[in-house]
Amino acid sequence: MSLVLRKEVVSKVTGQAEYVDDLHLPGMWHGITVRSSIPYGTIKRISFEDGVPWAEFTVVTASDIPGKNVVSLIVDDQPYLASEVVNHLHEPILLLAHPNKYILEKARSLVKIDYERLPEGPRRVFKDYLMEKGDVDRAWSSAAHIIEGEYSTGAQEQLYIEPNGMLATASAEEGVTVRGSMQCPYYVHKSLMALFALPAEKIRVIQQETGGAFGGKEEYPSMIAGHAALLAFKSGHPVKLIYDREEDMAATTKRHPSRTRHKTAVAEDGNLLAMEIDFEIDGGAYATLSAVVLSRGTIHAPGPYRCPNVRVTSKALASNSPPHGAFRGFGAPQSIFALERHMDKIAKALNLAPEEFRERNFLRTGDTTATGQLVTQELDLAGLQRRALTHAGYFEKKRTLAKNGTVKKGIGFATFFHGAGFTGSGERYLQSVVKLHVSSSGRVEILSSMTEMGQGTNTVLTQVAAQTLGIPYEWVTVLRPDTARVPNSGPTVASRTSMIIGKLVERASEDLKRKLSLPPTYTLTQFAAACAAHGPLELSAQFQEPGTIYWDDQKYRGDAYGAYSWAVYVAEVSVDTLTGETSVDHFTALQEVGKVLHPVLAAGQIEGGVLQGIGFALYEKVLFRDGAMINNQMTNYIVPTSMDVPPISVLFEEVPYEHGALGAKGIGELPMDGPAPAILNAVEDATGVAFNHVPLLPEEVLLG
Amino acid sequence: MADACISLTVNGTIHCITVPSMKRLLDVLREDLQLTGTKEGCGEGECGACSVMLDGQLVNSCLVPAKQADGARIETIEAPKWAVIQNAFAETGGAQCGICTPGMILAASALLARTPKPTLEQIREGLAGNICRCTGYQKIFDAVQLASRRSA
Amino acid sequence: MRSHLADFDLVIAQDIAQALRLMANGDWRPMAGGTDLMVLFNAGKLVHHKFVSIAKLSELRAITVSEDAVTLGAAVTYSVIQSNVVLQTEFPLLCQAANWTGSVANQNRGTLGGNIANASPAADTPPALLVYDADLELISERGSRRVSYDQFHTGYKKMELQPNELIANIHLPRPRRYLITYSRKVGTRKAQAISKVCFNAVAEVESSVIKQVRLGLGSVAPIPLRCRQTEALLTGERITSSLIAHARSLIATEIQPIDDLRSTAQYRASVTQNLLGEFLGRFL
Repeated sequence: MSLVLRKEVVSKVTGQAEYVDDLHLPGMWHGITVRSSIPYGTIKRISFEDGVPWAEFTVVTASDIPGKNVVSLIVDDQPYLASEVVNHLHEPILLLAHPNKYILEKARSLVKIDYERLPEGPRRVFKDYLMEKGDVDRAWSSAAHIIEGEYSTGAQEQLYIEPNGMLATASAEEGVTVRGSMQCPYYVHKSLMALFALPAEKIRVIQQETGGAFGGKEEYPSMIAGHAALLAFKSGHPVKLIYDREEDMAATTKRHPSRTRHKTAVAEDGNLLAMEIDFEIDGGAYATLSAVVLSRGTIHAPGPYRCPNVRVTSKALASNSPPHGAFRGFGAPQSIFALERHMDKIAKALNLAPEEFRERNFLRTGDTTATGQLVTQELDLAGLQRRALTHAGYFEKKRTLAKNGTVKKGIGFATFFHGAGFTGSGERYLQSVVKLHVSSSGRVEILSSMTEMGQGTNTVLTQVAAQTLGIPYEWVTVLRPDTARVPNSGPTVASRTSMIIGKLVERASEDLKRKLSLPPTYTLTQFAAACAAHGPLELSAQFQEPGTIYWDDQKYRGDAYGAYSWAVYVAEVSVDTLTGETSVDHFTALQEVGKVLHPVLAAGQIEGGVLQGIGFALYEKVLFRDGAMINNQMTNYIVPTSMDVPPISVLFEEVPYEHGALGAKGIGELPMDGPAPAILNAVEDATGVAFNHVPLLPEEVLLG
Repeated sequence: MADACISLTVNGTIHCITVPSMKRLLDVLREDLQLTGTKEGCGEGECGACSVMLDGQLVNSCLVPAKQADGARIETIEAPKWAVIQNAFAETGGAQCGICTPGMILAASALLARTPKPTLEQIREGLAGNICRCTGYQKIFDAVQLASRRSA
Repeated sequence: MRSHLADFDLVIAQDIAQALRLMANGDWRPMAGGTDLMVLFNAGKLVHHKFVSIAKLSELRAITVSEDAVTLGAAVTYSVIQSNVVLQTEFPLLCQAANWTGSVANQNRGTLGGNIANASPAADTPPALLVYDADLELISERGSRRVSYDQFHTGYKKMELQPNELIANIHLPRPRRYLITYSRKVGTRKAQAISKVCFNAVAEVESSVIKQVRLGLGSVAPIPLRCRQTEALLTGERITSSLIAHARSLIATEIQPIDDLRSTAQYRASVTQNLLGEFLGRFL
């Protein structure tokens, strides 16, 4: 198939694409959020000082909430607006709206809130898991080697270049309509139903063009949408609520910080005997998605290795930070960082080359994972490793890279996997639906709740339909996700879109061919004629679990994911011993991802994810005070620029997955997992020093 | 009197408008002239999403007060003069979420105007004021190189 | 954007006299390229509310070359600095500093006078101005005066500049006798970075003897710093390993780095020593 252009590329390169802040409605007001200035305590008094014409403002507090003051997600412990207790700095307390957006900040500064600060109590546990295979305790006494290590990762800000924003209209008669930047229209829909005590058909959520998300707009949009809608409801005007960068960084979700402890028993010949892993993440003040992040981190913690005895204990703990949330990788970058650093440590202790040690222990077809899942696909990790290392010139560079000047060079790698789709029974629970509307001229419209945020969803779903039907790419369009018009296909997360929703599009397209009574091969004219004869059609496809998936949610055993993608990433670094600065000179990213549906889009996902991983490893430090981010400006939160990014070499291998669209598996999050450990392995090669925490900043490299 | 009557030539059209003298050029374009192609990403002059040409020079419009732009010739992404670069971005995959794209295209144009055949190093330097979080920059570099080859 | 627009005013100066008249009793402040002031404005942190723009005053935008100095108008932008041939040849560290500041878009607007008046100890041009013995011309309604740049900054964000005064020109003495120049900025990344240490040095060296040396540093003290004690130690001396070691120790006592959002005092001190060592090591 020839390479098609991104479906919405013309609107994006001409500046015509409509993001929420580009919208304007007649009579529109603007909103702002007044937030807690203490991390934990009770609200005593709220007063409004002179300085703005308060009579012109609409003020919303928790007492204005028609339904439930809770952001519906999983545990439902997070309020839309704090009323008595505040649990984190920047927790929303009240909302203001006014026609003139330029007066809002002044008004915000004139809202005086008196608190009684309370000392922070013991940290409660949001969730814990125990994942076991075999019997770890019996392995220690017979082990030739026992290697321990502790590794940690910091918080990371998603830094989508378009901040969070929503535009809402709301009234008792019309219900609530919200347009904005988001990944999951139906999450927002569900939460607004509870907030307003309105039935489903009275809530309408529309995804606007979204300027980056990376998980940062998975759950938070429910909060900001509710705020905009409450202001619209009370003021009687449409209300636009857009965060500026400072507020977005300080108040919204980040990647969960983590700490992992490894204790590993290894035989003399290098075979893994037992892995005991303790994994802990900081969830912030409310549960939000921490249980799910913990789940994925737990399952990925033992990695793509064959080990007869595994125990992973994990917990998500509360703290007084603004809640941490989804960010590409979703727990896996954290636990994989620890594992891949630890694997190098073990290799070193055994005097084995890191690639030899890994090869000895890679999962192969017919092995079972730590959850007891049988590897059924054709899997040759040793081959992937060989190819990646060869392509990167690893063996030569390992010998020859200079370490005797003021700049020391090194090379390192990581091998890993990433499960695509929701864990275990998650996809079955979601019951995702996709529809096709077919016109009598053979034009096909795809209706799903999957959101385009740059990753290429619109293009890929279009391609799947066009290819399956044998019709031109231009004959297929994707409807803007609008809960009034599209079915619930689940959230755009977990690298599930191409694989799972694409498969539904493929199935619906096959159904269409049957419904049109088309022969096995047909011309475009025949297709159009069949559509004309049949008249407009609607078809629907709903997720069916491939019969083979078995998952025990209590014991955390079984088939964790329908499919895994597998990867080997290689980083070449230079460490300047005068300044401690590490730069990545070259990066190789090789992955087996099932069928690559669109090589340019797929490579784009890898390249973008690799750079975010480089940021995670070397640049992006969140500084906290009282639990909240204080370097919340782009000048102080450092992401890599065009001058910092290395050349990135992307290589794909394809082992088609029969239950993924046209053979595809998930790829969006995979590239986040490999860079940090590969880079720190390379830094150890360059300097001889083992650093076990990211981000690794020059201060630590220089001074230890 | 804080409001100012200013005259701006934007994409070839003269506009005379009355705005607060410190209103940001970014907001004048987006709100007073309904040209929403120029975006706000940071409000600090760090991300470059708000880049426009002011009297032929690349500037961050979030840092330009309206009164200082009085009499200036402004070009935004909406101007019909970036076609070669726009096509290059489309073909190479240089745009993903698209929010940085207008500013990036302006920055690329400014670069090619002063250095028609830039080296990769010069491209990196020329775009260093524009942050992209989606692409990892690789295909943006490809786009600029493609546009450079196609510009005679 | 956190500022209440109605509380602010900006006028364009028709000429310097008008600007100085408005500034005479401290109500109006000058604005040049706006790349520092507008960041504060956007964050709702701009203390002053009335501004007179001097950005387009031609008297402040010239670069004049005479036999004994290159004079830059205070409103000369970083882009103009980088493209000036005399500056490239004779004052390369200033051109490098201009290239390090912000991004192309910010360099097109930001000015040398603005960089000086913003008085950040982390700015990139001050170390170059220090090693080039720059001189400032300050003007007000009452007249003009010259201040040597190394006397200009008196404390953190405090300077020899009255509210009614405008930096008009920056004079860089010619001819340059220094043949050796060295500068290095250590920041948080390779572009658009605020420095953790900014090190500028110029030296006249003959047969491994340092005849003259100037060391200008940023981000290691409340003000941009000339390290005169270390200069004195090195002047007239033949470069040896032990002199370098001695100089490294001494410079660590001259600087006063702090811990802040970007880095630590200890890191800054170590890097300063290392960069000094790298600079002097070239003469061994």
